[in-house]
Amino acid sequence: MKIGVKILPRNEVLDTQGRAVEGTLKAHGRSVNQARVGKYVQLDVAETDEAKALAKAKEIAEFVLYNPLIETFELEVVGPVRK
Amino acid sequence: MSAKPVGILRFLGTNCDRDVWQAVEALGLTPKWLWHEDHFNPADYSSFVLPGGFSYGDYLRCGALAAKAPVMKSLGEAAAKGAPVLGICNGFQILCEARLLPGVLVRNESRKFIDKWVTLKPAGKSAWLNDLSKPLRLPIAHGEGRFHSEDDVLKKLNDQGQVWLKYEGGAPNGSLQDIAGVTNEAGNVAGLMPHPERAIHDWMGGEDGRAILGSMLS
Repeated sequence: MKIGVKILPRNEVLDTQGRAVEGTLKAHGRSVNQARVGKYVQLDVAETDEAKALAKAKEIAEFVLYNPLIETFELEVVGPVRK
Repeated sequence: MSAKPVGILRFLGTNCDRDVWQAVEALGLTPKWLWHEDHFNPADYSSFVLPGGFSYGDYLRCGALAAKAPVMKSLGEAAAKGAPVLGICNGFQILCEARLLPGVLVRNESRKFIDKWVTLKPAGKSAWLNDLSKPLRLPIAHGEGRFHSEDDVLKKLNDQGQVWLKYEGGAPNGSLQDIAGVTNEAGNVAGLMPHPERAIHDWMGGEDGRAILGSMLS
């Protein structure tokens, strides 16, 4: 089962990449209120049970994938979910 | 002077290791390599340095992958026993990611890699800082050196004297409170973004790095 880990910089942390993207969008007439640039990590785990797969991905995210001082993360199941 | 060697940690992508080796030798100390896959006995070393560079290509976050390397388990044990540990530049980032130091280093406010000499003010309360009183001139060379921590942690760092180095005249990278270096609570683990190993001889542009390396490692 594939689990996606969406990582974004926390709002209180200056997101320099986001600011650069905002600047370019503005320069080309495509202004937005804000752009935040994060990371997306897709984990293909052996677990076939959704709850177990999500639990494993959560443990991995907290182990190394995100730094709670500057980032937040969300998990999502990738692809069709078997019921 | 201790007869035990100074352990210099090398990760894949460390690139200031030879400079640190020569600086340690210039101080009359004996350097010894520690590879990222090594486990070691903390009692066999007098102190440790994590040199700068781009460990693991700065993938994921600066220092994040190196912080999980096997050698860091032994280093954590050494730090807990009170051994002096100094992290320089990427070494500082690694110590933060390993939670051996508070806070984190993020992208410079200007988004530019900054390579220049700066003036630094020593601060802090650790005993090994006693010999550091006057401003120091050291080079910096980093793209991600902006110190960040939560407000309550920042207050604690100030209250407990854990901020040991500040940029004079404002931080070039946008660091909170112009912070260039912090220590752990016990004071035996320290990190800084400037490169003391690049300021050992007059011909390098200055000798102020000696005071920092000498105080921390001797």
